[in-house]
Amino acid sequence: MTVFIIRRTLQAVIVLLVMSAIVFLGVFAIGDPVAILISPDATQADIDAAIRNLGLDKPIWEQYLVFLGNALQGNLGDSFVYNEPAIRLILQRMPATLELAVVAVLLSIFVGIPLGMWAGLRPSGVAGKSIMVGSIFGFSLPNFWQGIMLILLFAVILGWLPAFGRGDTAEFLGIRSSLWTLDGWAHIILPAINLALFNTSLVIRLTRASVREVIGLDYVKFARAKGLSRRRVVGVHVMKNIMIPLVTVIGLELASLIAFAVVTETVFAWPGMGKLIIDSIFVLDRPVIVAYMMIIVLMFIAINLIVDILYSVFDPRVRLSDMKR
Amino acid sequence: MADPILKVSNLCTYFHTKAGVVKSVDDVSFEVAPGEILGVVGESGSGKSVTGFSIMGLVDPPGRVDGGSIVFDGRDLVGLDDGQMRRLRGKRIAMIFQDPMMTLNPVLRIDTQMIEALTAHITISNEEARQRCRDALGMVGIPSPDERLKSYPHQFSGGMRQRVAIAIALLHNPELIIADEPTTALDVTIQAQILYEIQRLVSEHNTAMLWITHDLSVIAGLAQRVAVMYAGKVVETGTVAEVIDRPLHPYTNGLIGSVPSRNRRGEPLAQIPGMTPSPLNLPQGCAFRTRCPKADEACAVQPGITAPLPNRFIRCFHPVEAQEVIGEAVSA
Repeated sequence: MTVFIIRRTLQAVIVLLVMSAIVFLGVFAIGDPVAILISPDATQADIDAAIRNLGLDKPIWEQYLVFLGNALQGNLGDSFVYNEPAIRLILQRMPATLELAVVAVLLSIFVGIPLGMWAGLRPSGVAGKSIMVGSIFGFSLPNFWQGIMLILLFAVILGWLPAFGRGDTAEFLGIRSSLWTLDGWAHIILPAINLALFNTSLVIRLTRASVREVIGLDYVKFARAKGLSRRRVVGVHVMKNIMIPLVTVIGLELASLIAFAVVTETVFAWPGMGKLIIDSIFVLDRPVIVAYMMIIVLMFIAINLIVDILYSVFDPRVRLSDMKR
Repeated sequence: MADPILKVSNLCTYFHTKAGVVKSVDDVSFEVAPGEILGVVGESGSGKSVTGFSIMGLVDPPGRVDGGSIVFDGRDLVGLDDGQMRRLRGKRIAMIFQDPMMTLNPVLRIDTQMIEALTAHITISNEEARQRCRDALGMVGIPSPDERLKSYPHQFSGGMRQRVAIAIALLHNPELIIADEPTTALDVTIQAQILYEIQRLVSEHNTAMLWITHDLSVIAGLAQRVAVMYAGKVVETGTVAEVIDRPLHPYTNGLIGSVPSRNRRGEPLAQIPGMTPSPLNLPQGCAFRTRCPKADEACAVQPGITAPLPNRFIRCFHPVEAQEVIGEAVSA
């Protein structure tokens, strides 16, 4: 177990190094941030001063080494635009994205799994078939369009929920979040549904397929032959087996929801990381882009590690000591 | 003989598929008495497993029991509701499956799977339940049951898993056990051990048993009576000794002839020509007539049950004559 975690950590460091180099070079290749940042009527002297200030006068490899040196001390550079540490900018917006992603994942779990199980247990029923048709819409309609339709229906026509923005925040257990206020919940419902729709559909289909597969197996029939109640057969014997594929997918989905909530955050003007990264890419704010990517990579690595550990909880045949990679 | 605990009469279990109705079990009747082992023999697809599942009430759609009665201890199981059936399953009627690698849930510990079988039917303290599980495992010959209870199925060999499945089936001392080819997937040495254990347990507890198999040699050593199934129908019944010594139905005769025997060493094995007909497209009349050496025009009509010899029932117009018997007694 310890060896497994140490090995994973070393891999994470290598991935981070490679990734930072790629992003660094990539942003360098795209264009010159000074041209975008500085006002058009600035003199050549102003421009030169700005370039020197940002450290862009040095050759790219030297810039990268300086960046690495600073990064080792926990400093990922200051944003060109805000003149603030990039890491602080991102961390400021992280709670907003995290709470959105967590609510969306919880929605897809608590809506997706029951609906998928229903469809899997009664595949020929009207409800089961409707669920499957609905799930096709869920992941084939464009995400931004679903968002606009949600706003149109619930905010504009019905007027039940606010159309955009994040609600009031409050502090509880040392965490500042809009999830602790009613206003916060009113604001988060629509974007969370929007973000969750695709994943819910995916979870529904995966759950249904897994249930269909497991329900016909001998051990389910044997469990029924023991005289167990239907609830116990489905809730324990079937459930624990379908969790193995589901945990993988839900884990990866959580990571990608956090990383790619951009569309939803844009549609609902949600002040999260996604909006920050899009703005930063427009003005080639390299420190923010690189810092964001590194945080996202770290998060993917951490979630993958948790998923691997969860495997051994759900499937006794997987032993952590067997995990060689 | 004691009164039968299970009396199946004219049982029909049909599968209503899109391609048509599959009559997996068609007009099947037999009975089993306490302490008796009835062997049900047939090829794959002959309906023997579906018969077992019909008794357990575990036939899944599109399958359905469409007729007949299954009288268990004076009560007809056909038409019982789910709750009543559930209370019988595992408690008074238990089932053992064919593939021990698949019958235990891979992600649950043995103790979980055993204790839930107890608590599904009786209220019992955890400690008491564990004690009963330990006893049951000991009874089927599993060493150090205490440790074994905490293991997962994948830590057991196939033979051990089948012993666990049998221990689970025996937890409530059921009056009837349906064993669906429980030794087919095991090595011969393990098979012999399991057969010995089952024989002992059945006679100790006076349990009735339905032993479903395609292996005549197992039946020969284990069962008292045998029912031979072909294409959803019982074609021959009688005591094991009589049926094997003197088969009356041409199919039974062919089945016995296909078993390799020391006395016919070197001679080619007798085969039944052709293949089992598709259940969607059975020949009219006797389903065996396309493969039967004795078939004629009369066989285009479904033969009824006749008794050419005392206590021997067959569905055939042309019973096998004494000099036509191919095989000889199959010893277990």
